[in-house]
Amino acid sequence: LSSTPEIPKEDGRPKWDNKFQYILSCIGFAVGLGNVWRFPYLCQIHGGGAFLIPYFIALLFEGIPLLHLELALGQFLRKGSIGAWNTISPYLRGVGIGSWVVSVLVSLYYNTVLTWVMWYFINSFQEPLPWSACPLNENRTGFNEECYESTAVNYFWYRKTLNITPDIAESGTLQWWLILCLATCWAIVYLCTIRGIETTGKAIYVTAIFPYLVLTIFLIQGLTLPGATDGLAYLFTPNLNTLKNPRVWLDAATQIFFSLSLAFGGLIAFSSYNPPKNDCEKDAVMVAIVNSMTSLYASIPVFSVLGFKATTAYWDCLDRNIISIINEFDLPEESIMRQNYTSWVSFLNSSYPEKIAGLKLKSCDLQEFLDQSVSGTGLAFIVFTQAIILMPGSQAWAILFFIMLFSLGLSSMFGNIEGVFTPLLELQVVSKSTPKELLSGIICLISFLIALCFTLGSGSYWIDIFDRYAGSLPLLVIAFFEVIGVVYIYKIKRFSKDVKWMTGRKLNLYWQITWRFISPLLLLIVFMAFVILQMQKPPSYTAWNPKYEGFPMKEEKVYPPWVQAICVLLAALPCVCVPLVALFHLTKKKCRSKDSCIVPSEVFSCQGANS
Amino acid sequence: MLRALLLTLSVVAIAHAELCKPDAQNAFKVRISIKTALGDNAYAWDASEEYLFKAMVAFAMRRYSSKSTTQISNVLLCNVTDRVSFWFVVTDSSKNVTTVPGSEVEAAIRMNRNRINSAFLLSDKTLQFLKITSTLSPPVEPSTPVWLIVFGVVLCLIVAGIVFLVVSGIQKHKKKNKDSTERENLEEKVEVTVTLENGIPCEVLDLKAGRINGVFAADDERFTSL
Repeated sequence: LSSTPEIPKEDGRPKWDNKFQYILSCIGFAVGLGNVWRFPYLCQIHGGGAFLIPYFIALLFEGIPLLHLELALGQFLRKGSIGAWNTISPYLRGVGIGSWVVSVLVSLYYNTVLTWVMWYFINSFQEPLPWSACPLNENRTGFNEECYESTAVNYFWYRKTLNITPDIAESGTLQWWLILCLATCWAIVYLCTIRGIETTGKAIYVTAIFPYLVLTIFLIQGLTLPGATDGLAYLFTPNLNTLKNPRVWLDAATQIFFSLSLAFGGLIAFSSYNPPKNDCEKDAVMVAIVNSMTSLYASIPVFSVLGFKATTAYWDCLDRNIISIINEFDLPEESIMRQNYTSWVSFLNSSYPEKIAGLKLKSCDLQEFLDQSVSGTGLAFIVFTQAIILMPGSQAWAILFFIMLFSLGLSSMFGNIEGVFTPLLELQVVSKSTPKELLSGIICLISFLIALCFTLGSGSYWIDIFDRYAGSLPLLVIAFFEVIGVVYIYKIKRFSKDVKWMTGRKLNLYWQITWRFISPLLLLIVFMAFVILQMQKPPSYTAWNPKYEGFPMKEEKVYPPWVQAICVLLAALPCVCVPLVALFHLTKKKCRSKDSCIVPSEVFSCQGANS
Repeated sequence: MLRALLLTLSVVAIAHAELCKPDAQNAFKVRISIKTALGDNAYAWDASEEYLFKAMVAFAMRRYSSKSTTQISNVLLCNVTDRVSFWFVVTDSSKNVTTVPGSEVEAAIRMNRNRINSAFLLSDKTLQFLKITSTLSPPVEPSTPVWLIVFGVVLCLIVAGIVFLVVSGIQKHKKKNKDSTERENLEEKVEVTVTLENGIPCEVLDLKAGRINGVFAADDERFTSL
């Protein structure tokens, strides 16, 4: 029969070298690219400092309880997601399988984002940076047209990196430079996860700590840049009126949820390698708070740099206007400076209004430049790279920035891969004699081959689809079933006893209330709001089309029906695992109960899954 | 005689005024931004600089057409402003009171743009000939793209790491196998002196009272309700 949980060391399960490694892995998994490029954006568009209120409320009632639940579950049952949910109830095995499917889908596209980061990183060693100047056209009389009409940074991103097609239906060709970088990224992931947590545990020391160092360096540098204070003031000035908009609350809830990387199965895998008598309650609170603090800490350098960029753009706008006025009126150089620009313009406008009107001066407003908010890849690869060109010593800043992004993404990839790797090891898809290195190698190889689709010309559109549909909705569903499963099927009294055995303390009222009522309710509300918002308009995307009349604005297009079908499939596949597997188990039991009426063997065959 | 001379001079002056004026035929506007280019080291634009400019244009015309007939006096400047900007035109001494075609002047300036810029310590942007486009120099491209070199270094490091880990894993596996066979051989030699029943030495077992086996005495609550 199976060994009881009281004698853990005999089951030969790998374990963490020390507790610090475990905490660092959880933090590294939770802290990812979203902390740098999504949280500051949300802060900015949702009223600055006021956004912290719904954010911390969501952290308190949704983030911390769900995190504690997952960590406690994995630590107690000492299995990956599929095995753990099978132990809770064979009907809930689908929850584990759903988590596993989501981890697979997310691993595929997340590493492609890291591929882009790596491409920028290896291009940062050039002087001057390749995205600082436009290339010339064929007869060398001017700049490349596509580059000239947009900006050099945009051109480098859309043409030289992605070589993007104007429509998702046009696949384009495989970009060989991206394939090379993709192979490198998967090789790095293989190198770090080759023996499971034995190797990731060592790698995490670097990948989890290094981003904090770089963020601090950027913080110091960012605060010394001109215009940084404008950016920070803009970010943190609270505008409490935005709290009336329900969208803000929804964004806070979803941001907390996705930021903590819940429902991927990775956290369950990580905590399953813990010794059972470990204080998972303290761990959960610590990881959640560190994650939120990191988001806040990261937004300071990001917004200093954005403020600097806005100020520089504002100065450029002013300077261009000044030059046109000086040239038109043949005034001596440096007669009009930025400070007396407005007085000069009003003076000239009163004396020569037609000439001023003929110049078509752009209105330069600092607020307008600060309002240009971007999130996601646009922030990192377009806005930030442009700001880096303006800093002295741009190569060093670019290299630091992209290594930081790479470390952030890599530590999250470890969690994703563990979420895929651990259940496979437990399901024993390969025989025991096969070395772990081979299994991880096969996983990485297959993932690399599938991810080649994302290196096509239309690859970035597909990554957007995966991000929006596979990496969002199914997680909410799975998390909802997780809470319901533990609280109402496994029964919270039993779980409280298990947690008390592990931590030595009784579960206090906060956990009881949040697990029983608040978190499931919140998840249900967020899920429905999410679905309603998606249904409101047909899913569309913005395409980079040089032939569009509004170029360099991106063209708004609707997804063709076959792509919409794929979106639905991506969102539905992990969710549908839950009821399907429950149904499958029900029919299997019905068939078996018809054959044999021996109840005890049924009982033992259920518990046989414990070994 | 004097009157005739005065008359010719005035005719020439008027003709010059006719030839060089803003938007005249074959005239070009030049715009110079000395302070932008040189900052504190900026020099003032005065008559000597204008003379140098005329000389450079004449030099350019001579080099282009290799006729060696263009004189400094053939280059006419007018409408100098504080900006500093002015118009210039090149006259043809062989034909009376006409200007050299704009295309020739443009080609000549283009050919010698570098020399003209260096004479004034300026660049294409700060010494602008409006209407004459400059050939932009391409960015310097090294023979092997730098990114391939960096990529090669990174890839080599990673492959070395993977090979090291895989080989060490295989060695550990072999050693473990060898150790376990050695231990098996050793165990066969040593006689087991203590007989065990379910992990408990026989002497300790109370054969009459029996011993509760913890595995079977689990709580009912341990089993999931079906």
